[in-house]
Amino acid sequence: MTAEAMSPLKIVPMVPKVVSPAPEAPEMATLAGQAETDREVEPAVRVRGLTVAYGSTPGIKSIDLDLPERSVTALIGPSGCGKSTFLRALNRMNELFQGVATAGEVLVRWDGQFQNIYAPGVDLVELRKRVGMVFQRPNPFPKSIFENVVYGPRHHGVSNRALLAEAAEEALHQAALWDEVKDKLNAPAAALSGGQQQRLCIARALAVRPDVILMDEPTASLDPISTGKIEDLLGKLSKDYTIVIVTHNLQQAARVSHKTAFFLNGELIEAAPTLQMMTNPRDRRTENYVTGRFG
Amino acid sequence: MSAKRIDQIARWTVTAAAGLILLVLGYILGSVLINGLPVLSWHFLTSRSSNLEPGGGISMQIFNTIYIVTLSMLIAVPIGLGAGVYLAEYARPGRLTSLIRLATESLASVPSIVFGLFGMIVFANAAGLGFSRLGGAATLAILNLPLIVRVSEEAIRAVPADLRHASLALGATKEQTIFSAVLPAAVGRLATGVTLAAGRALGESAVLIATAGMSSPRYLTFDPLASGETLAVHLWAVNAENSLSDAARIANGTAAFLILAMLAVSLGIGWFARRLDRRLAGQG
Ligand SMILES: Nc1ncnc2c1ncn2[C@@H]1O[C@H](COP(=O)(O)OP(=O)(O)OP(=O)(O)O)[C@@H](O)[C@H]1O
Ligand SMILES: [Mg+2]
Repeated sequence: MTAEAMSPLKIVPMVPKVVSPAPEAPEMATLAGQAETDREVEPAVRVRGLTVAYGSTPGIKSIDLDLPERSVTALIGPSGCGKSTFLRALNRMNELFQGVATAGEVLVRWDGQFQNIYAPGVDLVELRKRVGMVFQRPNPFPKSIFENVVYGPRHHGVSNRALLAEAAEEALHQAALWDEVKDKLNAPAAALSGGQQQRLCIARALAVRPDVILMDEPTASLDPISTGKIEDLLGKLSKDYTIVIVTHNLQQAARVSHKTAFFLNGELIEAAPTLQMMTNPRDRRTENYVTGRFG
Repeated sequence: MSAKRIDQIARWTVTAAAGLILLVLGYILGSVLINGLPVLSWHFLTSRSSNLEPGGGISMQIFNTIYIVTLSMLIAVPIGLGAGVYLAEYARPGRLTSLIRLATESLASVPSIVFGLFGMIVFANAAGLGFSRLGGAATLAILNLPLIVRVSEEAIRAVPADLRHASLALGATKEQTIFSAVLPAAVGRLATGVTLAAGRALGESAVLIATAGMSSPRYLTFDPLASGETLAVHLWAVNAENSLSDAARIANGTAAFLILAMLAVSLGIGWFARRLDRRLAGQG
């Protein structure tokens, strides 16, 4: 997991590729989105002209968005507007579905350089070590708690028991799960509650030491208390990680995120600091959505 | 007729069918066990069979059965599982895939005597093995392959996509994902398929008569090239030849033991699979 191991990724110039269907749009949208983030942070990921289609079904259309480093970006919008599609494009998970076509660029900051993850020759394993993911439903492996957490490191070649144990403890601490499971690390993961399982999945993602963590409605299947724990966790994690979270819960977006992006019918309508999005959005459609007047 | 009435008739019909099946099963099981259990003495289970005088046992047949069934599973499971993984995880819809599917499906409907003759020609004659446990096990493996391929493919397909995605999203390769995430999650269903196949191998005679043969080596040996009459074949042979005065007694005892063995195998593997499943799923 050293920087040298990432070399298969090609460094590409920051010029939008010709595949971008809307060449004039990027700069504009970026300016609007970046206007002023309250934390004055550099982007960790820049998305330029990102278009994803499932066969003839459009998924997302020409999205430009910056994801500020070490902060939480929330993706909101009605069902089917392309939030998950956008999220999965950031670690190239969309390609697991048949007939998916992706155009545009996703530039991930990688040792100080922005590198396009869709450039030819990009190693998906290295990419996914950098950009981790947590799913809507907790999906632990049918293995022990310990084996779940060390799944990533183990498959990336770490076999030293002490190193793995260290990594597991650190990740479980970060995911605020250590105290609850430290005495039963060899118990099956499925014996945990749903909320614990989801934090286990977060720990599992953290153990790979990614820079970016993508979360698709991570609390959608959880009770309010578990949801609260994960929201608290997000606040802590955002000091070290760049987090992107899809949520249907506007209060949640308001509570946990620094920046919010509003999607509608596969398009990015508006992106701005969360407070501004919730109180004073620029676009009529955003306003309708955040005030609950959406049709 | 009212819907309620139709409902009632349907229920009676279904219940009657189920009852009939139970009755037939109970009759077969009952008559085999009633006639056979008294024969199952320690002496019967531990002494050799004899073609010449009454009072023989089935010790060699028990050994041969365990040997051949185990060997055939050792051959069939890795190959069948491999093919199942290929079909479920790698095969793109296309000509090769359809061909493999067509081949496995047609193999599944071939009568077992055809496999027996095939095994005789290929293993016993062409390969020069003669009557051998190896030839019998290999032929049994071919008989069972379609079943194991199909069950493996289905077991792997039944693993939720979520689990696969979780593994890939952690930066695991496709092969690591299959071995560390998918197969462990499919263990329960795989075990069910293996039980089915083992049960079928246990009861199979037509495949083995002309491949593993109807005799046993004089001494206890693990030689795969020795011939090896299994319980099911013995049952058939004793009945067919019927030259001994106690042929019926031996047949009854063999049948009862075979049925008990099959029960034990399916209960045993089922228990093991449930345990494994529960341990993995975390309820135990
Ligand atoms: N695997 C897929 N195959 C085909 N079409 C898909 C697939 N996934 C998503 N789509 C389509 O892409 C569009 C965007 O879907 P997406 O799942 O990204 O929306 P979403 O905003 O995440 O919705 P939700 O809030 O319901 O999760 C929809 O029209 C959907 O039907
Ligand atoms: Mg979604």
